[in-house]
Amino acid sequence: MTEISSAPLAAQAASPAPAHRGRALRRAVRSMVDSRWALVGMIILVIVTLVAIFGPALAPFDPNRQNILMRLVEPGSPGRGDSVYWLGSDHLGRDVLSRLLYGARVSLLVGVAAIAVGGTIGTIAGLVAGYFGGWIDDVIMRLGDIQLAFPFILLAIMFLVVLGPGLVNMILVLGIGQWITYARIVRAQTLSLREKEYVEAARAMGDRTLSILFRTILPNIMAPLTVIASFNVASVILSEAALSFLGLGVPPDVPTWGSMLSESRDHLLSNKWWLAVFPGLAIVLTVLAFNIIGDWLRDFLDPRLTRDN
Amino acid sequence: MWTFLARRLMQSIVVIIGVTLISFISLQIGGDPTYLFVSENASTEEIQRTREALGFDRPLHIQYLDYVWNVLQGDFGNSLSYGQPAMGVVLEAMPATIELTLFSLVLAIALSIPLGIYAALKRGRPADGGIMTFAMLGQSIPNFWMGIMMIMFFGLYLQWFPISGHVPFLEPLFAGEFRTAFANLPQSIHYMIMPALAVGTYTLARNARLVRSSMLEVLQQDYVRTARSKGISERRVILHHAMRNAWLPVVTMIGLEFGFLLGGVVVVETVFSYPGIGRLVFNAINQRDIPVVQASVILLAVIFIFLNLIVDLVYARLDPRVKL
Repeated sequence: MTEISSAPLAAQAASPAPAHRGRALRRAVRSMVDSRWALVGMIILVIVTLVAIFGPALAPFDPNRQNILMRLVEPGSPGRGDSVYWLGSDHLGRDVLSRLLYGARVSLLVGVAAIAVGGTIGTIAGLVAGYFGGWIDDVIMRLGDIQLAFPFILLAIMFLVVLGPGLVNMILVLGIGQWITYARIVRAQTLSLREKEYVEAARAMGDRTLSILFRTILPNIMAPLTVIASFNVASVILSEAALSFLGLGVPPDVPTWGSMLSESRDHLLSNKWWLAVFPGLAIVLTVLAFNIIGDWLRDFLDPRLTRDN
Repeated sequence: MWTFLARRLMQSIVVIIGVTLISFISLQIGGDPTYLFVSENASTEEIQRTREALGFDRPLHIQYLDYVWNVLQGDFGNSLSYGQPAMGVVLEAMPATIELTLFSLVLAIALSIPLGIYAALKRGRPADGGIMTFAMLGQSIPNFWMGIMMIMFFGLYLQWFPISGHVPFLEPLFAGEFRTAFANLPQSIHYMIMPALAVGTYTLARNARLVRSSMLEVLQQDYVRTARSKGISERRVILHHAMRNAWLPVVTMIGLEFGFLLGGVVVVETVFSYPGIGRLVFNAINQRDIPVVQASVILLAVIFIFLNLIVDLVYARLDPRVKL
């Protein structure tokens, strides 16, 4: 690590030459193991991802199958045959564990897809604004200011009420809600990078603008983008849960953690605690994992941005 | 100072125009907005009549200008479920929401500053680790789930706090009934503690981390070392020299936090059946009462914009380096 000085460190970590790639990976793993929290976060994340992928195979019940005879049974209650309601059942007799496992899909999918949408729009807007400057920069940044004038969740509510609930609408609204975060960071980085020698060299060698933007500048700003994206997935998952809770999420036949919590409210007074506790814990653990990874990534990719200063 | 004020005012006006544009687009984005204002089994004639009455058959730019004109007068049309002007319905619910938002902001800031400073002073010790772990957790808990858990534990199990309802404080205060207002205050706080904590936890956690890192940075500055070397008591160094500057990032965040809290209040009010804008919006969503949703969102956005303006001005006074 000694041969790398502080400034290009971020760039090196983000786009290492093939020979360095193995070394960078080893360094990442060692750093992750060293900061135990990051390892915990990573393990949670891997589990949630596996659950999202293999949920249908793991789920003991069909998440939508209603069973009037098994309504609101406590965690650990035996079902028919060998089956057990490990986390209890809800007011329609649906298995909470199965719904929880399926719910992981929506949370992760929405989180990652919304960031992909917002990140792509924001990165392109930021590159263009920072590289060209002038009126185009003004227009893009003022648009961002206007959007930031709305508390985000209110903006999402306003659009989702009109568009109606649905997975694609949710991803688009949450994604578009995030673009300005990326645009601002990319713009600031591009502004400083465009004066660097290697960008000037690329220009002097006759590289086309597109190539300069995406091949010369973009790889060098991936580090801060990765950090922001990690925190952002966490906040998007929280927003998705809140919107599902308000009844603006995906259609009711798709189980989500937010909508499970929304349904649990009707059974609070009768002390059906498992309906509220487990979906909430699932959200907290997933969001916590992304936040921890984000913290670690920030320290790892860019030591200048460490939490302490 | 005046040019700064004028420039910020102009910016705010541009942003408010943008807000009307976005909300107008949100109406039009799903196709003909007429369908948002009629019931599902309306006849073709009824739809046509509504379309003409609301002017949705006119060119878009005319509709927009008309929309802005109405918004400026606070006219969002009649609420579909209450039959009264939507703005009136929203304004009625407003004081309760402001009350809750302010209370959670005060709570979050009052707790986050000492926690952040304490963590910074005990850097690397267990107290620091503990506070930061809580802060990390606080940033990962959905506010509405926090509300549900508090209802279950503190409300239903320990029965320390009421699980729903509201005793007004601001409303009688604004009406000039000071005696009622202050007689209500203890009850009012008792009812608001759980929802306010649920709304404010995220802000509390984020600000505690912010104060800590800002404090750590300030403590390394030369002027703090100078102050210490002059033999000033540690208490005075921290309270008078370090804290003054550690404050600044918190002040900048307050405006943004307020908007963020307003968003959180919308969700948390539903959990506690708290009679504010949030519950109103929640019911309006379920009844697809578009005028009420629009009036609420725009009113909150305008409040948010003006708060940010005020925060900028306060910031400019606190930090002389900000060019006026």
